[in-house]
Amino acid sequence: MGRVMKIARRGFLFGSVALIGGVAFGWYRYATPHGNPLESGLGAGEATLNPYVLIDANGVTVIAPRAEMGQGIHTTLAALVAEEMDLDWSTIRVIHGPASKAYYNAAILGEGVPFAPTDDSRLANTVRGAMDIPAKFLGLQITGGSSSIPDAYEKMRLAGAAARMALVEAAAARLNIPAAQLSTENGAVIAPDGTRIPYPDLAVDAARIDLRSEPALKPRESWRLLGRTLPRTDMLAKVTGTETFAIDLRLPGMRFATVRTNPRLGGAMLSYDAGVAESMPGVERIVPLENGVAVVATNTWIAMQAAATITFDWGAAPYPATSAEMADILRASFTPDHLDSTNRDDGDVDAALPPDAFTAEYTVPHLAHATMEPMSTAALLKDGHLTIWSGHQLPTQILKEAPEMTGLPPEAITVETLPMGGGFGRRAEMDIVRQAIIVAQAIEGTPVLVSWSREEDMTHDFYRPAAIARVRASVADGRITAFDFATACPSVVSSQMGRIGISLPGPDGTIVQGAWEQPYRLPNHRVTGYRAPPMAPLGSWRSVGASQNAFFHETAMDELAHLAGVDPIEFRLSQIDHAPSRTVLETVAELSGWGSTTPGRAKGVAFCLSFGVPTAQVIEVEDTPNGLRMTGAWIAADVGTALDPGNIEAQLQGAMIYGLSAAIRGEITFADGMVEQTNFWDYEPMRLSQCPPIRVQVLQNQTHIRGIGEPGTPPAAPALGNAIFALTGQRLRDLPFVRAVTFA
Amino acid sequence: MPTTFIINGRTETVDLPPDMPLLWALRDGLNLTGTKFGCGVAACGACTVHVNGQAVRSCQTALGDVAGATVTTIEGLGNPAALHAVQAAWLAAQVAQCGYCQSGQIMQAAALLAETPNPTDAQIDEAMSGNLCRCGTYPRIRAAVQDAANRLKEA
Ligand code: FES
Ligand code: FES
Repeated sequence: MGRVMKIARRGFLFGSVALIGGVAFGWYRYATPHGNPLESGLGAGEATLNPYVLIDANGVTVIAPRAEMGQGIHTTLAALVAEEMDLDWSTIRVIHGPASKAYYNAAILGEGVPFAPTDDSRLANTVRGAMDIPAKFLGLQITGGSSSIPDAYEKMRLAGAAARMALVEAAAARLNIPAAQLSTENGAVIAPDGTRIPYPDLAVDAARIDLRSEPALKPRESWRLLGRTLPRTDMLAKVTGTETFAIDLRLPGMRFATVRTNPRLGGAMLSYDAGVAESMPGVERIVPLENGVAVVATNTWIAMQAAATITFDWGAAPYPATSAEMADILRASFTPDHLDSTNRDDGDVDAALPPDAFTAEYTVPHLAHATMEPMSTAALLKDGHLTIWSGHQLPTQILKEAPEMTGLPPEAITVETLPMGGGFGRRAEMDIVRQAIIVAQAIEGTPVLVSWSREEDMTHDFYRPAAIARVRASVADGRITAFDFATACPSVVSSQMGRIGISLPGPDGTIVQGAWEQPYRLPNHRVTGYRAPPMAPLGSWRSVGASQNAFFHETAMDELAHLAGVDPIEFRLSQIDHAPSRTVLETVAELSGWGSTTPGRAKGVAFCLSFGVPTAQVIEVEDTPNGLRMTGAWIAADVGTALDPGNIEAQLQGAMIYGLSAAIRGEITFADGMVEQTNFWDYEPMRLSQCPPIRVQVLQNQTHIRGIGEPGTPPAAPALGNAIFALTGQRLRDLPFVRAVTFA
Repeated sequence: MPTTFIINGRTETVDLPPDMPLLWALRDGLNLTGTKFGCGVAACGACTVHVNGQAVRSCQTALGDVAGATVTTIEGLGNPAALHAVQAAWLAAQVAQCGYCQSGQIMQAAALLAETPNPTDAQIDEAMSGNLCRCGTYPRIRAAVQDAANRLKEA
């Protein structure tokens, strides 16, 4: 029995599947250095050509090797394969599959190249293509960077097309009819006389066929599934409470654990006293961790109650103790010795700036991810085998660290990647996984679920960094004559990659992401990134650097438009030369009725090109006796090719709301080395009553296909701030806005 | 001291501390994991269940307090083969993203519609604003609540 079959058979994943000689196959376009993870586990009568398609007696299962964290990726990845294989959507099954370098993400480094997404030159495309090589070398099976679709768009359609081709050839051989006379429909090969051979009947034969030519992909006009809003494969489970998140995994004999670790992040645990906890009924073990302890009990609540009684002597934080000190360090980082990048330096900014130039400073605070499901991971070490169940954005890292921690060979490790109750970048981290492994080792033979309290989760994140930008600019005749944008921010990439033992050379593009590559064409234009010293631990937070730079950049643009006396959309259109970007602005203007005014209300606009997606948003606000209220929101975004318009709409709305939550109230502060916010009452996301109707228009004018998990976030904060200025005349240069204004 | 109550139509007796929140008796005691833990402090609504027909936060309801009561969780509201009208509306509108908050959203909406079959926008806002969604599914939640109200009237 192969490993894939075991995965497919796990009842908690998708019900019991009776496999008789399951067959996994697909298509490699080029030699892979990582092998096919399905190969090692195949049993008698099973075969594999590649890692994306598994056929068993009951039908076809698609391996969708990107983590489902709400973005609908399993549905769209499955549709890529299903389209080419002519599968019946109502019978589609999709699983994440094993952790393997074979599923490395070739597109993840694309955003980091020093070429703007609007640069379609041969050199830019060559360098982008060349990023596949380091990506393959790193072999990171990672979900993030809105890269899953660009990575999979061709690869997984080819997997489906190759599978179909092999199945048709197998049928041709069996029926002794030329393949060209056969067709496929709803998971079966159809002969000219109407005879229907379901794929499972052909699978074993098909897997033995050596395809000699590259399969042709369907032309877009023939798509039946792609380009349409499909029923999500996970929707039924999610409306019936039957989806299994890691926190929901239940195994016979399972114990429940929680942790408390040093709230001064990265600081040591000097000593602890768990005397009270140990004597509490239901508490079974106190397990020391790298920087804290885990309490193992018969029930999560008992573990949490017991953990609260433990007293600790914590070591100091390896960074400044307060947010104010961190801000001082940021302010002091605009110096040549901190220079990280000058990705844009057009014309002569210094010469062009007059002495009375516009100047402004903008700030954003740290932010927590606050996924709805607190961190959780289950593990079982038994008979020399370690199994880890985790909602994880980087499962190959578990395969790397688990053997180091346990001394087990990689073959003795199984990683089950489960759906996540929100990811947003938080679940690319190893902290909870390492804790679960340590506890599993301590209670060998017994499965354990480690889950965090909300308080542990809020105070032990890898945060979106606080950052500062300084803008100097001048306008004349309705246009910008000089624009000098500088920002200081610690490096997210070095903090995050450093934790997994990778050091990437060169500048950190995320410091200026969302600013340097914007499609404004200005005669004198400089964007400078300063790398502030490392402080608190940082992580990727939905849209990463664009989350702060769009606020800085687009608030400044709005200020300059008003300074120039030009309508903010007209002002942008007159200085943007990238046609798809202009179209999203024109579209959002039309969609929002820009220019028409309702008394007591006003609209603001913002634009950001991030992850290759030009996105424009308009927000309307109203002044009410209880404070400001958003009365409408409009989004236009261009993804190149829209594979699932309904899902793209949901992602854009959700990403905008994520950005608005941060804009209104989101703020993580440090005091005495510890995060001060602990739960949703003091880090409160936007609630339904605050949410305006959000209309979305998805455009397809770009040549390249793009992912959509992140681009909806960056314009939200500046669009809201610009609307507030339009309504009240109050210019808000610091996030969150609740510091300066009241919201209803 | 064991606590006996009716859960999703059957009588159960659980031997857990009576001061344990109902949430953890359901999740870790009875393996009813459809009810979610989000905050533990009544700030998110992920743990919403019905006690005698009322929507309550199970993280703030002591197990001992539901002795003899009728408790309904998402698993008891409907199931994949027989959806409740609210679940059917949620499915049709494709509300869920990560889905983690949705059990609580659906239980809250079902309680609202049981009491207020024709809710106004303001009533929906008020009833649903205790339920956080980090994925930002609010626009579709609003639409699905309206749709569910219509489905319930037709039923
Ligand atoms: S877990 Fe009960 S309200 Fe959040
Ligand atoms: S769907 Fe993810 S938190 Fe609501």
